[in-house]
Amino acid sequence: MSRRPEPVQIVKQRRDATLRKLVECVPYMQYLGIEIDRRGDELTGVLPFDEALIGNPMLPALHGGVTAAFLEVTAIMELSWAMVWEDMEAGLVTDHAPRIRLPKTIDFTVDYLRSGLPRDAYARARVNRSGRRYASVHVEAWQDNRSKLFAQATGHFLMPPRDG
Amino acid sequence: MSDEQKARRELLARKFIEAIPHARALGMDLTEIGDGKATICMDYDDRFVGDPETGVIHGGAVSALMDTCGGAAVMAHPEAPIGTATLSLRIDYMRPATPGDRITATADCYHVTRSVAFVRATAVDGDPSRPVATATGTFTLERPKS
Repeated sequence: MSRRPEPVQIVKQRRDATLRKLVECVPYMQYLGIEIDRRGDELTGVLPFDEALIGNPMLPALHGGVTAAFLEVTAIMELSWAMVWEDMEAGLVTDHAPRIRLPKTIDFTVDYLRSGLPRDAYARARVNRSGRRYASVHVEAWQDNRSKLFAQATGHFLMPPRDG
Repeated sequence: MSDEQKARRELLARKFIEAIPHARALGMDLTEIGDGKATICMDYDDRFVGDPETGVIHGGAVSALMDTCGGAAVMAHPEAPIGTATLSLRIDYMRPATPGDRITATADCYHVTRSVAFVRATAVDGDPSRPVATATGTFTLERPKS
């Protein structure tokens, strides 16, 4: 006889708790006000607009550095999320487990497609290749229309050493 | 170019940086500017940390510093642009910045065409002999309407 599926609340609680652990790893995310929205295993970075994020007060437009940071953070979260998924589903990510170590950025290339408007921005990343030591991640950001990207980026990351 | 013109251009570039809310938020300080070159410093701040375990500044904060410094170098170019925006920026992170150290970025706008500026930048911490990160970028170059 097959096992009964886990209650939905247990699954949600486990995944949300793990995601919270990941986000809490990065003070700079709190500083910029970046949140991560989760639907199943799909993550979306959310950057609520704030005056302090402005780079060009004349237009006004988001600062290129804010856009770069938003893309980089979303890429790292997606990569870390994929990295911990199996352990998380196996119930190995607990309060007593060792701290999750995040991948480190080797290089990051941002392509600015149009100026970032003074409103909320969203980003989603795709892990193109993730090996034992290195990973390549692509990330896209948009504002009002999903198909009208205002920036995209590709980065290479050094994966944290895995035990065993 | 006369000294007066040069001084005016430097003042313009300085005003350009000081008017950027995010540069102010990160506490960026323009220390040198002129002839397509700019130097900007950013003090260490716990809020900019990427990993509390190590206390190392997040790459995103270094990106913001490099981007601002690149833009300042473009504005300080002798061609005297009236505006600029980043087209692309690539950053190579060579090593983690030492926690507590102030980060200094230096950018050089080494070539401009009618509408594009090319920039190289380097960021160092307390040990300038070993750069923390290097960057190359392309920026738009807006010229006054003639």
